[in-house]
Amino acid sequence: MEAYIEIHNLSKHYGPIKAVDDLSMQVLPGDIYGFLGPNGSGKSTTIRMMLSLIRPTNGQIMLFGQDLAKDRFKTLSRIGALIEKPDFYNYLSARKNLEILGKLSNITNLHSRVDEVLDIVGLLSRAKSVVRTYSLGMKQRLGIAQALLHKPDLIVLDEPTNGLDPQGQKEIRDLIKSLSRDSNITILISSHILYEIEQIANRMVIIDKGKALVEGNVQDLVNAQDRQVAFVIGDIAAGLKLINNSQWAEKMIKSDEERIYFKINKDEIPHLNTFMVENKLQIFAVEPVRSLEDFFLQLTYDEKVN
Amino acid sequence: MRKLISIELYKIFSKPRTYIGFGAIIIIVLALEFGILLEGDTIMGIIIQNIKERFMFQGNIINLYLVSYVILNTLWVDVPILVALVTGDLLAGEANAGTFRLILTRPISRVKLVFAKFIAGWIYSIMLVALLAILSIGIGQLLFGSGDLLVVTNKVNVFSSNDLLWRFAGAYAYGILGMTTVASLAFMLSSMSDNSIGPIIGTVASIMGITIISTVGATLLGPVNRFIFTSYLPSWQLFFQSDSGLATLPHAILIQFIYIALFLGITIWHFRKKDILS
Repeated sequence: MEAYIEIHNLSKHYGPIKAVDDLSMQVLPGDIYGFLGPNGSGKSTTIRMMLSLIRPTNGQIMLFGQDLAKDRFKTLSRIGALIEKPDFYNYLSARKNLEILGKLSNITNLHSRVDEVLDIVGLLSRAKSVVRTYSLGMKQRLGIAQALLHKPDLIVLDEPTNGLDPQGQKEIRDLIKSLSRDSNITILISSHILYEIEQIANRMVIIDKGKALVEGNVQDLVNAQDRQVAFVIGDIAAGLKLINNSQWAEKMIKSDEERIYFKINKDEIPHLNTFMVENKLQIFAVEPVRSLEDFFLQLTYDEKVN
Repeated sequence: MRKLISIELYKIFSKPRTYIGFGAIIIIVLALEFGILLEGDTIMGIIIQNIKERFMFQGNIINLYLVSYVILNTLWVDVPILVALVTGDLLAGEANAGTFRLILTRPISRVKLVFAKFIAGWIYSIMLVALLAILSIGIGQLLFGSGDLLVVTNKVNVFSSNDLLWRFAGAYAYGILGMTTVASLAFMLSSMSDNSIGPIIGTVASIMGITIISTVGATLLGPVNRFIFTSYLPSWQLFFQSDSGLATLPHAILIQFIYIALFLGITIWHFRKKDILS
């Protein structure tokens, strides 16, 4: 199966700063591919290079089996993109914005196609409103509408839920899932929120400081990690003292201001709980730790240390 | 290409700032015409004070041609600011609004986009000068009527009303060329900036600065002045000198074309390799 996106040893340097450093990744047809990394890790720069907004310093970008540098028009006509903020011509209506962009993409039956995509994102009733009057959530949806306008095979969404409230985030996630399911569109979604990627992506890459740390199937990465739990306790100093002087010390991973984290199996949880209660520690909650999140934090932490 | 140009024109004429230029032209023309209507006799009396003892003046001295001639002077003062207001925003405005991310991720050529924007800005500049011409001649005809044109510089030139139409047509056509040079300068600065304030102020400051330096240092910069475009912005005045004055017009036109090509060339070169970070 030919990859839709194939990136080989991609780099972008701004003077001594390596925004993207020897990055390689592969997005296959049908993927919802998570592009995960902390803020400033090089996600947006990579995406901009993929869309020919930024020139790479080194490396090769193959889209649909074609070299982007050699066949830009052909490849871009099969991609829809929403990069960072959903910016539009604020003084024009949503419909007029889409019509302008549709003309640039040489879309036939533009009027009906604009209606179609506005309907998909639930903005048909506000089509004539000037974009200036839209909320951020509406602009994000309009951003997805413009990405869908020319019926692309691949859409690239750069932090599409940024700045949205939880309800808005869920709406966008549901929309992305339905696009993949119903329209068979391959999706690359970047985010710094692991939960988001875990919810919708089937494959992903984690990057930090412009380098790919790990790439693979999301479920494989989740299952590869041991289960962890966090005990939320009242007096963290007393808790740490108690644990460090007990057999549980070797099971402890880390702590923060409210929690002590352990890597233990399910059967050990009640024993640890009893031990803490018997030693007069107030336990407010026992929380399962999202293993992938911990994996992500551990990976990016290791990068910093190294 | 026509599609791109029509899109760019649509964007230009959807922005409120575009109409500032047209509004300003209307206000300038009306203010000057009514000012001359009220105070013209007094001002003209002062201008011809030295020569009226030796010459006899007959007919309508303050007429539509004189008024239009006075208004033509806005071509190197006010109109460049209005041209820069729109053309300085053509590329920088897109960068500032973040809309390059929308249009440059579509299958269009950056070079074609630059040309389309430039042509749209050029059409806007033509419309400004055309409005200036139509208003100054139209209102001038209504308020003052026709007559011969008296131009007093270091000598006195009198042009018959029959001999003036082509001179004004030439002056306005040259005015369009001059404003195209201003537009291309603003456009070039616009490609180098991510907000439109810089290119607009930069264009006006460049024109004023170069004009002041080349005027103050005229003796020192004499040979260089021949190749500075601002020296030729007021060259529409050549149409109102004796016919031998027009002999220098081809050089003025050539210099303007060279600068337009230079500014546009730099814009294309810069914009083609520009990283879109906004």
